[in-house]
Amino acid sequence: MNGALLRADKLGVTLSGRAVLKDVSLSFSSQHLVALVGPNGAGKTTLLRALAGLVPSTGSIEVGGELLSSLPLRERARRFGYLPQGHVVHWPLQVRDIVALGRYPRGATDPARLSPDDEIAVTRAMQATDIMTLAARRVTELSGGERSRVALARVLAVEAPIVLADEPTASLDPRFQIDVMKNLRSTPDRGVLVIVVTHDLALAARFADTILVLSNGRLVAQGTPEQALSETVMADVFKVTAYRADYQREQVIVPWAGV
Amino acid sequence: MVSQSATKPAYATTAGLVVLVVFLALVSLGTGPVRLSPAIVIDALFGGGSAAQQIIIREIRLPRAILASAIGAVLGLSGAALQGLLRNPLASPSLFGAPQSAAFGAVLMIALGWADVRSYALPVAGIVMAFVSVFVLLSIAGRNAGLLLLILAGLAISSLAGAATALTMNLSPNPFASLEIAFWLLGSLEDRSFRHVMLAMPFIVAGAVLLWSQRSAFRALSLGEETAQSLGIDVTRVRLLVITGVALGVGGAVAVSGTIGFIGLVAPHLMRPVVGYDPARLLLPSALTGAALLTAADIAVRIIPSNTDIKVGVLTSIIGVPFFLYLIVRERRALAGGVE
Repeated sequence: MNGALLRADKLGVTLSGRAVLKDVSLSFSSQHLVALVGPNGAGKTTLLRALAGLVPSTGSIEVGGELLSSLPLRERARRFGYLPQGHVVHWPLQVRDIVALGRYPRGATDPARLSPDDEIAVTRAMQATDIMTLAARRVTELSGGERSRVALARVLAVEAPIVLADEPTASLDPRFQIDVMKNLRSTPDRGVLVIVVTHDLALAARFADTILVLSNGRLVAQGTPEQALSETVMADVFKVTAYRADYQREQVIVPWAGV
Repeated sequence: MVSQSATKPAYATTAGLVVLVVFLALVSLGTGPVRLSPAIVIDALFGGGSAAQQIIIREIRLPRAILASAIGAVLGLSGAALQGLLRNPLASPSLFGAPQSAAFGAVLMIALGWADVRSYALPVAGIVMAFVSVFVLLSIAGRNAGLLLLILAGLAISSLAGAATALTMNLSPNPFASLEIAFWLLGSLEDRSFRHVMLAMPFIVAGAVLLWSQRSAFRALSLGEETAQSLGIDVTRVRLLVITGVALGVGGAVAVSGTIGFIGLVAPHLMRPVVGYDPARLLLPSALTGAALLTAADIAVRIIPSNTDIKVGVLTSIIGVPFFLYLIVRERRALAGGVE
């Protein structure tokens, strides 16, 4: 694909002597929602971390035509919004200040002294995730669902061209799962590339433009939900059958029974 | 804008603490065998009063007051910086064996006859050993160190440093030198001169500047090392700079005062709620609180009636250890959960 926003070529990652990721090549343009799925231990999180440059990898990664390894840390941070699993916050900080940390790569190191631009980005991210009313609360007082929305807002506040989200819907109730996916869905409409790791194949099938299936560190399927989550892939990789249907003109794929 | 930061710079707190430190310094200057009122102290500082008063204030007590504030400040700052780096309220130089290791470095210099107690070799040796101890500790603990791991590794390192110091004294050919070292190790600011101030200050100031320069990284580190890295922070570099800063500050301090513990644990803890738990805003108030605590302790050892003089390091430990136990009880759940 020409003019790809993110391209990886023969990506490999070895962690403590074990090859966790082998020979992964991919290429995506902007305005795209990609779901990265696969069984436990397939290397999904590692792929996400490698793409963000957070773990050393072999092969090459290009962002907007530039080699990732040639970019300084601050510049990388402006290009990737990275949402890790778990949403850890070690001190009981205020919600709004956590979201403001998303502006750190833009030079906003002090949440009490944001520039008007930073202030607007923070407010926009908080509105998008519906946490304006939580602004003054301490993160330790929040429920799991509220916390994950705060974490998502922090990533959106970066206003990076690429968003990498690791299981953003884990531990959320169904309504917020759908909210978060819709949020990420509307982000690509604004010209952003979003890559989401998820275990929820139904959400992936419904919201993603492209699905990547990872198994044992290799990319085994890639394409539209129907293509990537074919009956063969479901049986071979996930060891399940799936119920398939159309509902309200959207694709429904629900894992059904073990094979 | 609708949203406002709760963690505005705590100007009022800072101003209050500055006033407190200045007040305590004046009391410190007035405390001793000859008690002097703050008015006389200020007068003597600016060249008034009798010749005897001037000598007492400017040459005998002023170095001691300066050292108490500076050492207390750098210990408070080191504690806050380590807690920020490790996202852990129990991190502090003394629990990591840094002062003990620095003391070993200094003692080794004295025992080997390479340095007397007023040479720059002492702070340098102290800094090197403090650096080694904190570096080893963080290497053992790894990237996402849990509470238990840090405290166990700190215990091991401080025990090792203590044993190495004991061995050095054990092997020392001069028993009087050993005794002197033993007393020096207890931590004291007595009879310090401007020579000592000159000896410690460059290192304390350099360490403080280094730690202060990393403050905004501590805020980003609240989200964990990986997220901080994704925000553009070179976590390895921050670690190295913080270790160096702590080593410079603690090494410089230990070289003139011996080991003074627990200021670095207590000061940040007292200030954390005041600054809205923001690890970056915590640095300055922690440093000022450290200065106030050590100056107050140094006044107390001169006021508490006793036959021999109480060493200030002993006093800070007597107060600090129960405080440490209290923190352990508070963190019991995290500790019982093991290495997170």
